[in-house]
Amino acid sequence: MTFSPGQRVRVAARDHQGHHRTPGYLKGRAGEVERVHGAFTDPETRAYGADGLPRRTLYRVGFSQRELFPEHEGAAGDRLYADVFEHWLEEVA
Amino acid sequence: MSGHDDHDHDHAPVTEAEEPEAARRARVLEALLAEKGVVDRGAVRRGIDSLVSRSPADGARLVARAWVDPEFRERLLADARAAALELGLDSGPSPVVVALENTEDVHHVVVCTLCSCYPRALLGPPPDWYKSLPYRSRAVSDPRGVLEEFGLHVGDDVEVRVVDSTADIRYLVVPRRPEDTEGLSEDELAALVTRDSMIGVAEPAAPPVPA
Repeated sequence: MTFSPGQRVRVAARDHQGHHRTPGYLKGRAGEVERVHGAFTDPETRAYGADGLPRRTLYRVGFSQRELFPEHEGAAGDRLYADVFEHWLEEVA
Repeated sequence: MSGHDDHDHDHAPVTEAEEPEAARRARVLEALLAEKGVVDRGAVRRGIDSLVSRSPADGARLVARAWVDPEFRERLLADARAAALELGLDSGPSPVVVALENTEDVHHVVVCTLCSCYPRALLGPPPDWYKSLPYRSRAVSDPRGVLEEFGLHVGDDVEVRVVDSTADIRYLVVPRRPEDTEGLSEDELAALVTRDSMIGVAEPAAPPVPA
């Protein structure tokens, strides 16, 4: 599954034992693909001395600050960006 | 060691016993890796030297050039490494540096909630507060409150974009050019671009008042 800018996606809610770069506060949260950064080696295997291949596509995903933190006060358009690897993203119907 | 306790200044002694645990582990690991031929001590030293020789003045040169040269600004926002190379600054192939521009409508602020990712190749080592747990957690849960604590009020007519550097990208904020700086040279402009303004927790310094 590959994603395009503007597409709604959800960060997988799964647990993961070991090193990974998907922050817990975003798991299960929906956002929108802002940018495709390209393919990068996988930190989940690279962290343990492997070559990190195959490369994984990395996306910048934008989230509504109010959706993430309902108590958020500020502009309705306030957003949070995070970079999330493709295998942590799911399509939102 | 005799005599040290005789004199009257009260500096803390610098001894092996005072070495922080993390530093001790790093030193022992480096020694082991060097012994096994995995790393070369000279290369480690050169890497450290290279990183600590970078400073916010490097990033400030990029920002000032972007302020005075709209075409350079475009190139910086499109490909920060290529633009930096034009000024003789090499941010390296990895991690990738991306520049984000603040405008009258959008204010970016950068954090790394997972550790301390920072565009070291262009700004040097991050400030201690950037690595602190309170900043790392509250910058995402209460960004406007954190910015207020830094003395920066962002009005509700401006959208705040918190950028969590979670993976292979390092973010450099291009702050807005201060007003009343039309007559300043590029070097004078660069002097206004503070480290904190390139993280997004402050505006650049105000221009000096003409004598």
